[in-house]
Amino acid sequence: MLRNLWQRLVAPIDPPLMALAALLLGYALLVLASASPERLASQALNMLVALVVMRLVAQVPPQKMMHFALPVFVIGVLLLIAVALFGDISKGARRWLNIGFMRIQPSEIMKIAMPLMLAWYFQRHETTLRLREYAVATLVLVLPVGLIAKQPDLGTAILVFAAGCYVIFLAGLSWKVIAGLFVAACASAPLAWSLLRDYQKSRILTLLDPESDPLGKGFHIIQSTIAIGSGGIFGKGWGQGTQAQLEFIPERHTDFIFAVLSEELGLIGITVLLALYALLIGRGLMIAANAPTMFTRLLAGSITLIFFTYAFVNMGMVSGILPVVGVPLPFISYGGTALVTLFLGIGILMSIHRHRMLVQQ
Amino acid sequence: MKFASSPLLSQRLPAWRARLLLLGFLAAFAGLAGWSLYLQGFNSGFLQEKGALRYSRVLELSATRGRIMDRNGNVLAVSTPVKSIWAIPEDARLQPAQANALAALLEMDVRELQHKLASDRDFVFVKRQIPPDVADKVAALNLPGIHDQREYRRYYPAAEMSAHMLGFTGADDIGQEGVELALEKTLAGKAGSRRVIKDRRGQVIEDVESIRAPQDGKDVLLALDDKIQYLAYASLRQTIADSHAKAGGIVVLDAKSGEVLALVNLPTYNPNNRVKLSGAQLRNRALTDTFEPGSTMKPFTAALALDKGKYLVDTPIQTAPGWLTIGNATIHDSEAHGVLTVAQVIQKSSNIGAAKMALSFKPEEMWTMLDSLGFGSPLKLGFPGEVGGRLRPYKNWRPIEQATMAYGNGISVTLMQLARAYLVFARNGDLLPLSLTRLDSPPLAGKPIFTEQTAHEVRAMLEMVVMPGGTAPKAKVAGYRVAGKTGTAHKVEGGIYVNHYVASFVGFAPASDPRLVIAVMIDEPSGGSYYGGDVAAPVFSRVMAGSLRALGVEQDAPPMQAAVAVAPAKESM
Repeated sequence: MLRNLWQRLVAPIDPPLMALAALLLGYALLVLASASPERLASQALNMLVALVVMRLVAQVPPQKMMHFALPVFVIGVLLLIAVALFGDISKGARRWLNIGFMRIQPSEIMKIAMPLMLAWYFQRHETTLRLREYAVATLVLVLPVGLIAKQPDLGTAILVFAAGCYVIFLAGLSWKVIAGLFVAACASAPLAWSLLRDYQKSRILTLLDPESDPLGKGFHIIQSTIAIGSGGIFGKGWGQGTQAQLEFIPERHTDFIFAVLSEELGLIGITVLLALYALLIGRGLMIAANAPTMFTRLLAGSITLIFFTYAFVNMGMVSGILPVVGVPLPFISYGGTALVTLFLGIGILMSIHRHRMLVQQ
Repeated sequence: MKFASSPLLSQRLPAWRARLLLLGFLAAFAGLAGWSLYLQGFNSGFLQEKGALRYSRVLELSATRGRIMDRNGNVLAVSTPVKSIWAIPEDARLQPAQANALAALLEMDVRELQHKLASDRDFVFVKRQIPPDVADKVAALNLPGIHDQREYRRYYPAAEMSAHMLGFTGADDIGQEGVELALEKTLAGKAGSRRVIKDRRGQVIEDVESIRAPQDGKDVLLALDDKIQYLAYASLRQTIADSHAKAGGIVVLDAKSGEVLALVNLPTYNPNNRVKLSGAQLRNRALTDTFEPGSTMKPFTAALALDKGKYLVDTPIQTAPGWLTIGNATIHDSEAHGVLTVAQVIQKSSNIGAAKMALSFKPEEMWTMLDSLGFGSPLKLGFPGEVGGRLRPYKNWRPIEQATMAYGNGISVTLMQLARAYLVFARNGDLLPLSLTRLDSPPLAGKPIFTEQTAHEVRAMLEMVVMPGGTAPKAKVAGYRVAGKTGTAHKVEGGIYVNHYVASFVGFAPASDPRLVIAVMIDEPSGGSYYGGDVAAPVFSRVMAGSLRALGVEQDAPPMQAAVAVAPAKESM
């Protein structure tokens, strides 16, 4: 009986994905225990909530998800508009919406709603994909991204934009158009530059020469680069990182936790992390490749690539090769919202994998 | 036109696209791994050094400054440990109750406290130099962002009494005035250092190693005698109050050793509380202010005259009719004395007698004498602002100038210079260097200036000054033979003589074997008499009497007879 219940509980769960996610979570707890021990318990609770969300999503069949695609997206956009109009301002950005009993961050919803929406849209027009459909998809993409970028939240905007682009790319946009867009993007770079806010510009400039302002904008990059470099091949040992433990690393439990990991666990620690990510992404791409419908294929592919983007953008920014944008290190950084979103994605991947046969039959 | 590869034909992801993405993703991760390898494998040494710069700090360990004590070991200046409370305003987010508790402990206004903590600087002092036990109570409150650091505060138990002698230290514990400055090297000690690990907030996390242990400063035993200093201070203060004088100074020297036993200037200040200090209070007048010494210079003129063999003690000098014209200038005595011996010139303080003696010298002879007595150049005791006074080169002297310098006009000196120069009469014609610190053994002999015989002859003349018929009977001391000379001079302001006076008296006792030299100067006495014999001599008498008794110096005079009422001679200016 108990055995039966366990069977039912774990049935929707994909063992390889689960194993990789569990390893990442364990790694996260290990690093967090050194970076910010007092947050360990609360992050463990966040993980539990995220796992429950994953399990619930995993049992929802992809067909049902298609029903949610449009409503979730529309609600998401409406909430973004509401944020722009009535949102709370904190640290100079309007990102939060106060709905009485709690504050929510609608841009976070978009990370999943966007690929869901576009995948659904392309599935619907699977047989008649022409320029018009791609143009519509582009509009669908640009509107929320614009709203998020305006908050301003460049990090999330980039992630949502990337999610949408992956779907459009995987949906089979012509290479010629891609090439054309690439040229256009390069040509319009100066225009885009002029649209950036001053602090965003300065982050990019600082990246090119952090020493130009070592106490101000360059501080984060210099500190984290020093921390990573001080780790050496084998690291200084868990809990032994001087830069991390002496609080020289800013935001060391959230966006810059990679610096803590690098300093204390060294190149070995980084390699382990990269390997776990690579395996997770590999498994995700495999699920995408075996997905039966266009919707599931696009969704799985895009979610997997989002994981990659998350990880790459964060590690790149912490190690000083990308500008500083507020993107946490997936699975590792402290914080509940991002974790829940990630496991929502894992849950969708699991569901797609589980239902791959059902649809084909 | 075909915008997309046909998805209809493909039940799977477009192969090339998927592979391209896979390739891109692997390349990106490989790039990250390569960059990490670059930082951690090849640059780690350099970056570790830069990292160490951020946490490794060399901490100064302050050495305790040496104590200053008087010649008998009484403490005059001591460093007591105190603490200063400072804050990182960004971290110091206090609850109202916490702020109230802190303000109460520090005895400051809550609003003032909150104003300080609202600063946008990284570091503010909340309150400096508080007692360690209060700091411990603050630490016990365990408030965020509130820290303390150890400092030293210099305390001067004698307060106003010895202020000019001792001087004081600045906030960074470095001597700024007086002995604190003069003997800085001895007192300061050497700060030690430790290597420590500090976090971003500047808190010491770990003590790594001691680089150099701090060396505490050495204690200093001054020549100063606490009791004599007190006598000098109290007497001078009384006289200045009584005579409504602007300022004054007194110096007590040990005639045997050249040690400075007391030094007082008024007005003075409390070195323990230096808020609202005025320049007048700070001035170490005995060393930094010059005045025209007036008649106190006459004994040197007489000594040179005797030394050169041109005059004998009883050589008569015609001072009638009370005035003398040299070139186109005329000098005066206060009254016509007629014919005086050299001794009487000193006793009666005749300007004309002194001038006539001086005119018998070559300018070079007289200049050499004054120069070797130390006039015209600073004593170099190490005090700030020491001056040498005015002694013009003899090549430009006109006869009238040589004549007036004989009685102390046209030359300026400091009180300390004057006191030291009198050592030649208190000793056997030799001059000692002065010493601020206690000497273990007195120097055997100083630099000879006059012959022993001359010194003794002048000493005898100076004894007459204090006797009835001299200018300063008020300088006498019961039980001791006293020798000295009064001085009363017009002050020079902006190059012209004005109707303000400097009254002075320099003397020594016991005359049979002098032990102490005391010089007193009263600046602008305005309550009645302004003569040195009336204003300065009584101070001399009181301090000399008390000091000789305190030192247990043997008496050399029979008990005093009933005071003989003889009007003192009036001094010439």
